[in-house]
Amino acid sequence: MYAQMVDTGSPDNQALDAREARFQQRIDDGIRIEPQDWMPERYRKTLIRQISQHAHSEIVGQLPEGNWITRAPSLKRKAILLAKVQDEAGHGLYLYSAAETLGISRDQMVDDLHTGKAKYSSIFNYPTLTWADVGAIGWLVDGSAIMNQIPLCRCSYGPYARAMIRVCKEEAFHMRQGYDLMLALCRGTPAQKAMAQDALNRWWWPSLMMFGPPDGDSVHSAQSQAWKIKLFTNDELRQKMVDQTVPQAEYLGLTIPDADLKWNAERGHYDYGAIDWDEFYAVVKGNGPCNRERLDTRRQAWDDGAWFREALVAHADKQAQREHARAA
Amino acid sequence: MNTARHDYLLRFGDNALILSQRLAEWCGKGPALEEDMALTNTALDLLGQARLWLSLAAEQAGDGADEDTLAYLRDDRAFRNVLLVEQPNGSYASTLARQFLFDAWSSLALRRLLVSSDAAIAAIAEKAVKEVGYHLRRSSDLMVRLGDGTERSHALLQAALDQVWPYHHELFTGDAVDTEMTAAGIGFDPASLRDDWLAYVREVLAEATLSLPKDSGWRPKGGKQGLHSEHLSKLLAEMQVLPRSHPGARW
Repeated sequence: MYAQMVDTGSPDNQALDAREARFQQRIDDGIRIEPQDWMPERYRKTLIRQISQHAHSEIVGQLPEGNWITRAPSLKRKAILLAKVQDEAGHGLYLYSAAETLGISRDQMVDDLHTGKAKYSSIFNYPTLTWADVGAIGWLVDGSAIMNQIPLCRCSYGPYARAMIRVCKEEAFHMRQGYDLMLALCRGTPAQKAMAQDALNRWWWPSLMMFGPPDGDSVHSAQSQAWKIKLFTNDELRQKMVDQTVPQAEYLGLTIPDADLKWNAERGHYDYGAIDWDEFYAVVKGNGPCNRERLDTRRQAWDDGAWFREALVAHADKQAQREHARAA
Repeated sequence: MNTARHDYLLRFGDNALILSQRLAEWCGKGPALEEDMALTNTALDLLGQARLWLSLAAEQAGDGADEDTLAYLRDDRAFRNVLLVEQPNGSYASTLARQFLFDAWSSLALRRLLVSSDAAIAAIAEKAVKEVGYHLRRSSDLMVRLGDGTERSHALLQAALDQVWPYHHELFTGDAVDTEMTAAGIGFDPASLRDDWLAYVREVLAEATLSLPKDSGWRPKGGKQGLHSEHLSKLLAEMQVLPRSHPGARW
């Protein structure tokens, strides 16, 4: 997901103190936690990790799709893509703001991204090689993101839940636009359809990996679920994504690249093949096809823009001094 | 077909399209998140304007032309944008200086078109002039804040301004198309915008503590007639690659 394998801190072996018990009771009663409320340090830190990872994913996520803005094949598609990538910057902005309510600055979070201390979603370390990749990302990646984020609209932390409501509305558009792009390709020339199939082949497995490790290996899930900052397990969401996507692929006339994929009437779900978790961990550790390039691009943009940000601060200071002198 | 009117529409459409394409290159790489969003917004507005101008030009041309055939299937010699907008982005300072000079011109030009005798042109101008008014406020404000920011930002902005300055002359240089459009009450004489433009630019630069660049005598032009710099064909090669490599495909 946009936030993967979020560390919930060292488990507290001692009995919960009374304050923490009251805190947990509030969550169990469905009462939102707000920034001014007392919260356990581990809850605060876990949320900072989760929300900032989500924000970083939006920001880094601008790059693979941004790669095709200048080559979008029609002016309408170009406008849709520009607006989409701009939406992602907006999502980053309100997620950083939500994280700031937990007592960390945006500059600190950005620094953590640039030094590699903070992570972003593994999915954005794959390259966008053709125009169809833009459609596949909207359809599969945004589709998966919504699946995770709709429950987060009900998560226990108020500012995060409210940010998610707005994010989800826009993500739903992005998914539909991505699917519409794929549909146009699948109804187009043989070369266009082949482009769409190739994109599905390359994005399918990374999209399934996006939900994070299987439940058995997901060490922080239980705590996050108790805190209601994670409402479904990785495998539950992954299954939901597969079930939703298979008929959509059929409608497009595309083949999902999984020989083991078949409907299981007993379970009422699709069975799917084994995921290459070695690949997932390699990407998370920094060895995906584009990890270095993505981070280098972000660092470069930040460094190149230093003079700009410094100048705005300097000008604001000068203005304040002038105001002060005038008032004196 | 009134070829002067067609050319005239292409000039406005191509200015907006090519500048939008340049600004879109910054998407995801701006100096601050808010700036990234604002510049992308400008790119989107300009793209929207380009689509209106090009659709109107296509409507006049007939022959199955539409906004996309005009954007994607013309060679650089058929583009009618000024040289200013096709210049590479360079640093963010260069991008801003170019934007400021263009916005100041565009705002005046569109106001003239509000009273065009051609109702379709006046209607596009009415929509675009509001957006460009906002772009101009933003680019003027940034010129002031960065010009009067740090020593470094001042130096960068002054150098950027000096670099793009010669390209402004073309905005005010008329030709036979302008003459015909002015006579028909459709357009305006480009030279007639110069005084107001210069007065506005002077005012903003003074507040920004920047100097008005000296006239070096070099006044590059030709874009309005289809004679471009080397940069345009490269920009188009990138922009047009998919429709060119998949003839007849729909996207």
